[in-house]
Amino acid sequence: MNIKNVTELGLKELFSLRSDPVLIFLIIYIFSIAVYAVANGVDYDVNNAAVAVVDEDRSALSRNISAALLPPQFKTPVEIAASDIEEKLDKGEYLFIVSFPPRFEKDVLAGRQPEVQVLVDATAIAQAGNGANYIQQIIQREAIDALSPGTQLDDLLPVKTRIRKLFNPNSSSVWFNSLMQVINSITILGVILTGAALIREREHGTVEHLLVMPVTPAEIMLAKIWANSLVILVASVLSLQLVVKLWLDVPVQGSLLLYIFACVLYLFSVTSLGIMLGILTNSMAQFALLLIPIVIIMYLLSGGTTPQESMPVFLQRVMMFSPSTHFVTLAQNILYRGAGLESIWQELVILAGIGAVFYSIALAKFRKAIVTMG
Amino acid sequence: MTDIAIVHNLSHRYGDTLAADNISLRVPAGVMAGFIGPDGVGKSTLLSIISGTRKIQPAEKPGAQKQNTEDAVNRVEVLGGDIQDASHRRRSQPRIAYMPQGLGKNLYPTLSVAENLNFFGNLFGQGAEERQRRILQLTKATGLDPFLDRPAGKLSGGMKQKLGLCCALIHDPDLLILDEPTTGVDPLSRQQFWQLISSIRLQRPQMSVLVATAYMEEAQQFDWLAAMDDGKVIATGSPQELLQRTGCDTLESAFISLLPQEKRDQHKAVVVPPMTDAQAEPAIQASHLTRRFGDFIAVNDVSFDIQRGEIFGFLGSNGCGKTTTMKMLTGLLPFSSGEARLFGQLPDPDDMATRKRVGYMSQSFSLYAEISVRRNLELHAKLYALGDEQSAQRINTVMQEFGLQDIAEQLPAELPLGIRQRLQLAVAVLHEPDILILDEPTSGVDPVARDQFWTHLVDLSRNKGVTIFISTHFMNEAERCDRISLMHAGKVLAVGKPLALAQQRGSDSLENAFVDYLKEAAGIRDEETDTADNTQVLNADADIARNRLQQHSQQQHSRGLNFRRWWAYAWRESLEIQRDPVRLVFALFGPLILMVTFGYGITFDVENIRYAIIDNDHSRESRLLTEGLSGSRYFQQEETPASYADAIERMRLGKLTLLIEIPPDFGKHFILGWEPELGITIDGAMPFKAETTSGYIQGLLLQELQQIAAENSLATSVAYPVNVQNRFEYNQAFKSVYAIVPGVIMLMLALIPAMMTAVGIVREKETGSIANFYSTPVSRLEFLLGKQAPYVVISFLSFITLLVMAIVVFGLPVRGNVAALALGSLLYVTATTGFGMVVSTFTKTQVAAIFASMILSILPAVNFSGLLSPVSSLSGPAYLIGNAFPSSWYQLISIGSFTKGLDMAELWQNFVMLGVFILVFTGFAWLGLKKQEA
Repeated sequence: MNIKNVTELGLKELFSLRSDPVLIFLIIYIFSIAVYAVANGVDYDVNNAAVAVVDEDRSALSRNISAALLPPQFKTPVEIAASDIEEKLDKGEYLFIVSFPPRFEKDVLAGRQPEVQVLVDATAIAQAGNGANYIQQIIQREAIDALSPGTQLDDLLPVKTRIRKLFNPNSSSVWFNSLMQVINSITILGVILTGAALIREREHGTVEHLLVMPVTPAEIMLAKIWANSLVILVASVLSLQLVVKLWLDVPVQGSLLLYIFACVLYLFSVTSLGIMLGILTNSMAQFALLLIPIVIIMYLLSGGTTPQESMPVFLQRVMMFSPSTHFVTLAQNILYRGAGLESIWQELVILAGIGAVFYSIALAKFRKAIVTMG
Repeated sequence: MTDIAIVHNLSHRYGDTLAADNISLRVPAGVMAGFIGPDGVGKSTLLSIISGTRKIQPAEKPGAQKQNTEDAVNRVEVLGGDIQDASHRRRSQPRIAYMPQGLGKNLYPTLSVAENLNFFGNLFGQGAEERQRRILQLTKATGLDPFLDRPAGKLSGGMKQKLGLCCALIHDPDLLILDEPTTGVDPLSRQQFWQLISSIRLQRPQMSVLVATAYMEEAQQFDWLAAMDDGKVIATGSPQELLQRTGCDTLESAFISLLPQEKRDQHKAVVVPPMTDAQAEPAIQASHLTRRFGDFIAVNDVSFDIQRGEIFGFLGSNGCGKTTTMKMLTGLLPFSSGEARLFGQLPDPDDMATRKRVGYMSQSFSLYAEISVRRNLELHAKLYALGDEQSAQRINTVMQEFGLQDIAEQLPAELPLGIRQRLQLAVAVLHEPDILILDEPTSGVDPVARDQFWTHLVDLSRNKGVTIFISTHFMNEAERCDRISLMHAGKVLAVGKPLALAQQRGSDSLENAFVDYLKEAAGIRDEETDTADNTQVLNADADIARNRLQQHSQQQHSRGLNFRRWWAYAWRESLEIQRDPVRLVFALFGPLILMVTFGYGITFDVENIRYAIIDNDHSRESRLLTEGLSGSRYFQQEETPASYADAIERMRLGKLTLLIEIPPDFGKHFILGWEPELGITIDGAMPFKAETTSGYIQGLLLQELQQIAAENSLATSVAYPVNVQNRFEYNQAFKSVYAIVPGVIMLMLALIPAMMTAVGIVREKETGSIANFYSTPVSRLEFLLGKQAPYVVISFLSFITLLVMAIVVFGLPVRGNVAALALGSLLYVTATTGFGMVVSTFTKTQVAAIFASMILSILPAVNFSGLLSPVSSLSGPAYLIGNAFPSSWYQLISIGSFTKGLDMAELWQNFVMLGVFILVFTGFAWLGLKKQEA
């Protein structure tokens, strides 16, 4: 192993990257605009949900309830006719349609517990459950207030609950999404940049040429790993500092240094994965097609989008082999929950271990794959 | 005599380099016109402009281009019209054939000989019967007929060029433009190639042929020559005229004497002093060296010894095993049997010391094209561990020796072939190796540079004792070798001193001897007469064909969509996909695997929430409450933490989501109706999970407490004033799979079609086969739609497999109309493949195409399409991005048809929108694609 060779080949990698403006633009895009758009635009929480009201009562109470469906959770409710309900739901124009029966207010005041129907478009799985829950609470709250002004819903309950949400007290999606999007960007870039660069060099015969020189496969691989990792690391830290902290105003706690350390290990494993894929496939077209399932699975099933625990146990186990699962856990623990090295070192070891496996497979197959190509 | 091409004051620059410097030229019609000159003087540029495949740069004086006078600027007339005029180009393209530089550059390696020819026949609008006839005639004439089913990539170099010529001739062009057609081709094939051309010209004297070549012996046979240097034409006329004018007896020396003084001075005739032999051990030894690839024996029982300081030439037709032998010597390829030794040692992949003593140059350019010439040299100096001082000095030396000083800062990608070869040579000798293994190092290099290079080699060999193992197709180079080896089909035919070999064969020149050897080995007797006969047949219906062709081009000239040309591309693309079944398997099975994974994996059903209880009360009520919670399927109890701090630490690690603290005296206060306070702490890191957890726990606590209260007949039971009924429409069970599975279909049909199409198109740019698009009458739309069609079909097949899986495996009913869903899917994949076409217009490399199609479509398809959160609740840029991409529109069709039971009538707007996307994407791709090279 010659460190100088690794350095030189890595520098070459950086120069190659610099000569491709489209790639540079895309790297910048994915760490800035993409992070911003996802952080602000996507909400798995109930936010900005479109609500319609069918009001056959037209009472003060039904109007109060409608008025209480407020932003940011809900858009201002729109009143629609009972006959339009189906069509509007079909078209996905509204997520929730609340319909008040005739004599609703009277029945409430008389204690007859009238029925209010909330129609939920349950295909919007992320928002349907929680949204229905909120609407229910709002209806009860307003009804109680109408019955005995000044009374709170809590007063009726046999116990009081004091709910404290740690790490993200306002349940802000921006906090969560922005960081997870940075991680997703690291994953995508790490795999594609390195793997595709290797395939390109295989197709152009440049790697073969290197193997005639006093350069070993390990040096070639390590050069790709460090150079691409460095670019991505710098871009992601900039993204974290400028886009997430400054632009989106997310208070990131925890040690940045520790995060960078974890990120370096993660980059080692994803870039190794990219190289492995570049070795196992034989053309750019094959690489591209193999890439899609792998990247999308890492994008969606690592715990950065939906909760890991809810997945079938088998799948959870499979995802343990993906470095992204461990990095999502690490990043959440370090950045949201402020965990320290002493409590996360095991994850770090696992991450490095997975990377080492990818790296070893690629290394073992390297020479054969290069020479038999073309 | 009329002129086939007239060039008025043409200039063309690439960045700072002037490739054509105010050239004015008249090329006579009906002759073989040759363009000779060193590398990078603008021959290729001029030919590609004449062929209409390269755009003429706008004149510096605006308007001057248009005038039809002698002093017009940047005006090129071909076949009697302005080639920059699009309609003239459309009319003349069927009459021009252009074969770009590079072996098999315009061929498709995975397609067979017949398929390649069929493709070109289709491009020129020939019917099946006509194509059949022409293919037979052409391949008979070229001797390719036994290999109709062999993939073009597996042909030898000479055969590739013959096939390229057949493809060019399939439409009987009036103007045939060949850019260095015989570079890198062995002498026998070269001879056959020119015989073929001349017999065709015999039959069709009206055909004009324009050839750029680096072989002066070939140029000697031409009718008319233009000698070029430095972007200028320095002389024109017949070879005899040029010889007379310069008073030389060979064209090679005539050309050299035409050069400006300063360049002439650089040239020195190569003198090879005899070898002082008696070296002890051989530097390179091969004994019974054999290499098999499957059944194919690439190198068969090859033995030779090469002395230290010897120049050993390796000659043979392309594909005869020269390159494989060299790769085995360098240790790149392991051998199947026998052995090879360098300095008496077997190649060892870990032996770095031996590698430092070897310099290797591969046949194709294998340096980094995207970093500058100087940087390539520096990189190699460092990799060979030359010291700073030494490397600076060596880099200077080689740059001088190989004439690279002026282009040190340029990128190899921008340099012509010959200069790139020089750079490769410079790199190979940079570290002063003891052995040089050079695989056709002078292919495509001009005579002056070749002689310079050989002077250098001779110096290395004779004065520094460097052993040189070189393969070449130039006979004058072979004559300079100490010994040569003739190889054919994996076997060595003869080894010996060049002169001795020629004498053995009783011929006056090495070239004839070599051709003789090859003919004997290949079992060819005298086929020249055959060839001529066949070409006669070939020409019999040429005139009929042209008449038909002209009618053709008038009736359906390129403006409209020509079905046959569209089909040519669609059919070819499908064949290429078929030849790569791995790709097809990935394209069809990838989505299925993802559907299974996501169908089960992406779930917003929050379950198994890990919670712990700190019970500070230990009363009956607190125990009842604890037991009640543990019965729920949503919650999963964890070990009781030792303290609050311990619980928080576990939460910090993500091991605990929910903590409930029961205060002291909770039970007592509860019974008394004092409303005791329960402490609930939730991990809020993942907002969605936190909110759901909070809702669940409050509901569950309430339920449990009411039960406890009821058991104690307490009056605290609470009655809500309103009975709120939630009705979960479309998905009563409220399971994620009902929403995710239709979403996965949307997702898969977005990413994979876009990426496949983008890579499919950009691949042509990267491999150079896009040249066929520039040089044939195929229109931009025919090209795009033809390339797109197979991917639409594959994607639609993918849709069907996904649909079947959704129904069979996930038990998802299609509540709406299957036909509507299918139509929507067809529109959708047409739109997403269209997006791939758009991506292909602004990307040049496949890497960039993959990257761009992935990154640009993943956000709108995953995050902003309604898959994870409804489009109606998106805001800001997300809302715009979501609506400006087909995915969100198709998501409604997919989910509407599956779970909402919607039909065309309700979804028509979405269909219309998908149609709009198809038009817009196709339009962008059309605008972004240029019919000429810049």
